Amino acid sequence: MLPIIKRELVDNLNWITEKDIYNYYAIGQSTPGIIAVNTATMTGYSLKGIKGALAATTGFIMPSLIIITLIASFFKRFQQIDLFQHAFAAIQIAVVALIIDIVIKMWQKSDKTRASLLIFLIAFLLLVIFKISPVFVILGSAAAGIIIQYLRGNLETAYYDYQNKDQGSDK
Amino acid sequence: MVYLRLFLEFFKVGLFALGGGLAALPFLQDLITKYSWMTSKELLNMIAISESTPGAIGINTATFIGFNTGGIPGGIIATAGLAAPSIIIITIIAHYFKKFNQHPLVESAFSGIRPAVAGLIASAAFELAQGGILNLQYLQLNKKLINFFDYKSLLLLLIVFTAVRKFKKHPIIYITVSALIGIIFKF
Repeated sequence: MLPIIKRELVDNLNWITEKDIYNYYAIGQSTPGIIAVNTATMTGYSLKGIKGALAATTGFIMPSLIIITLIASFFKRFQQIDLFQHAFAAIQIAVVALIIDIVIKMWQKSDKTRASLLIFLIAFLLLVIFKISPVFVILGSAAAGIIIQYLRGNLETAYYDYQNKDQGSDK
Repeated sequence: MVYLRLFLEFFKVGLFALGGGLAALPFLQDLITKYSWMTSKELLNMIAISESTPGAIGINTATFIGFNTGGIPGGIIATAGLAAPSIIIITIIAHYFKKFNQHPLVESAFSGIRPAVAGLIASAAFELAQGGILNLQYLQLNKKLINFFDYKSLLLLLIVFTAVRKFKKHPIIYITVSALIGIIFKF
């Protein structure tokens, strides 16, 4: 998605800089919601405030709304066809393989400590065995992350760096 | 009131789906078991369609579930519900708190959230696979390990997984090839 935003908004329209995009994307990754929607909202807001945010987000979800509504209205009928059923039975398995690949990539991007592995396993087991809502796992893991970094003494140094960086950028 | 429920449930997904990639998947899996808006197989189909069409998976699935449950207004309302938290939160952050993502508390919270989201997605994959590849219901009925796996499906899973790890091509290629395999070998 980022290369398309860059081509349209930076190269063609000159609305924002390339640095802005990466900044918006970084914020989009650490705020709740679909990252692409967050990035679109952020871009729209920085250009034209709340109206811009609404316009950019509406524009971004419009193609999905149209395309998926069209597909969904035909899907039920196609599901009756034998050929279609065979194809999708195999596709479902391919999708499971793709999801496992994504899980591995996400694990490789995390800090790969023993604490992370423990959090990964607890999250997996809480959902599979106890069927608890993922909402609680997200909230619990955020708290666990803060506590672990505090116990390691990383939080204090990070605060110090953060405040110093803040003063530096004002000058 | 089905529209209100669609809006609120997808608002919740938008509020808590953190960490990117397929972060919305465990929430969608949770939703469809709670309301039977969709079967596991339909959700897998939906992911395949999303991977092959433009647009984010979360948005596409919201539109699909919304349309199946409440027609065209349902699709629009579910999608709006999913996007609403983004608009509200981003607007607040962009206005007051530009360096949100660099804040030490946010950074350390994410050191916990990232591996948890990977675990949540792994559990969603496990649940989704139960219908097709692991026949857990057979195991309970027959107590025989021979029926535990659907061997044809397991073989395809291993082949696709190896190919994905090795060739790193766009998902649409694996989806298309699997569709052909499914038709030829009558899955």
